[in-house]
Amino acid sequence: MGAEELDVLFQERIDANDKIEPRDSMPEEYRSHLIRQMSQHAHSEVIGMQPEGNWITRAPSLRAKKILLAKVQDEAGHGLYLYSATETLGISREELIAKLHQGKAKYASIFNYPALTWADMGAIGWLVDGAAITNQVSLQRTSYGPYSRAMVKICKEESFHQRQGYEIMASMANGTPAQKEMAQDALNRFWWPSLMMFGPHDSDSPRTGNAMKWKIKREYNDVLRKKFIDKTVSQANLIGLTIPDKDLKWNEAENSYDFGAIDWDEFWSVVKGGGPCNVKRLNHHKKAHKDGAWVRKAAAAYAKKQATK
Amino acid sequence: MDDLNLSKFCIRLGDHCLIMAHRQSELCSKGPFLEEDIAQINLGLDLLGQAEALLIYAAKLEGKGRTADDLAFRRSERQFHNFMLTEQPNTDFAFVIVRQYFMSLYLLKTYQVLAEVEDETLSGIALKALKELTYHERHLSMWILRLGDGTDESQQRMQTAVNELWMFVGELYEEDALDLLAQQASYAPKGEEMKSFLMAQITAKFAEASLTIPESIYMTTGSKQGIHTEYLGFLLTEMQYLQRAYPDAKW
Repeated sequence: MGAEELDVLFQERIDANDKIEPRDSMPEEYRSHLIRQMSQHAHSEVIGMQPEGNWITRAPSLRAKKILLAKVQDEAGHGLYLYSATETLGISREELIAKLHQGKAKYASIFNYPALTWADMGAIGWLVDGAAITNQVSLQRTSYGPYSRAMVKICKEESFHQRQGYEIMASMANGTPAQKEMAQDALNRFWWPSLMMFGPHDSDSPRTGNAMKWKIKREYNDVLRKKFIDKTVSQANLIGLTIPDKDLKWNEAENSYDFGAIDWDEFWSVVKGGGPCNVKRLNHHKKAHKDGAWVRKAAAAYAKKQATK
Repeated sequence: MDDLNLSKFCIRLGDHCLIMAHRQSELCSKGPFLEEDIAQINLGLDLLGQAEALLIYAAKLEGKGRTADDLAFRRSERQFHNFMLTEQPNTDFAFVIVRQYFMSLYLLKTYQVLAEVEDETLSGIALKALKELTYHERHLSMWILRLGDGTDESQQRMQTAVNELWMFVGELYEEDALDLLAQQASYAPKGEEMKSFLMAQITAKFAEASLTIPESIYMTTGSKQGIHTEYLGFLLTEMQYLQRAYPDAKW
């Protein structure tokens, strides 16, 4: 069978909503698109451990500390499922990490912003995880079986994360004036970067076409962004915080909010390495990997000795 | 044991767990590989849960209106009673493994005894913790073997960690008046019994892992009187910052 015929058959399966499994035939571009997207997702979970991990030792109560530690552990677990799911496409975790270290693979740009106060733990859970869930819920229906199943599992935990973040924001917004100020400041800093998490407008997103055709992506960036804004504005109102957008207003006809212009120059600058923490996040990951080299080597040497005993 | 002494007893044990949980949580995102990152966080989470349960109970027994959070975040260096071993920094992965391995043995023995006491709160905490510590000890002793008997570098790093941490092991079987009260009430093993348990376990594991116990060296003492190494002050400064900076806030 020729490549063109295979592509036609593949597209028929996609159109029939069949899930594609690791041993199935698939176009090379489908495979490479998935490797890029899934590994970016895995790296995001792992790099995302840093801004929150940075606050575990300073969490203000035993309960808050326990919840945050458990949450960061979940993120590590999500990273693990996603690396495993990506490996089913015929690439090793070592190769994926090497690409991250070489700057060839990306992770979510939101983690290139610093987590400055405890309220940022609230904002990250509420907004960043909230935006991620909006996207991931749609990815539960993605066409690649292992990715879809990983998303089902991850979504369950992420909704708990979002509630945890919102709870921090709510208690701070209703706390002392200093706490409320911290909460509002965190919302101000994380609002726009959270909206950027959905990616550029679909008209400016070169890969959207194929991703939609192959049902890797199930909803457009702008649709997901609007969904997120609509649900989050009322949550902010409920706890007395103000969304930092003077153009935000309810549009009765569309039954949705209109919102102000996103600063896409900032978005592209951070994607290309010009964010406040890009260098720090990557160096941290590289250092941990390098510091752990002797441990991995020893474990391998020990396993080899045991095998020959 | 009266409530006040039992409260002090729970604070000591809770402090060991809390300070170790802090050190473990510092490792987050720094593991040698992702599975081990998750495992080390897991040890931290278990210890944090034990610390919380013990400090809640200690606060209740004390009856002065303090909460577990007050005990964790509003006491100063000299009021903490954790073993100096628990506050030693994560110099490298070998130091983490050796510190946690010694403490996992101590906690295993401690919880085995506490699981049998009549006080249902404490026996409940101990029974749950025993399951956790059984896993900790297994996980840590596997690393003792892998790293002790891995490469030359790992063996050297492990031996260095053992040599530098050994002086803190004496505190694990030292006895003061509160320990004697706890032993009389069958809440704690005798110091000799703890010592022989630790030595038997460590000696056997080290023989298998090509590690040696240092020749008799100075053993430090004092945590039961609130004496610590210089590391604790920095640790508490970080841990208590928000509670101290915003004393009226609820989180």
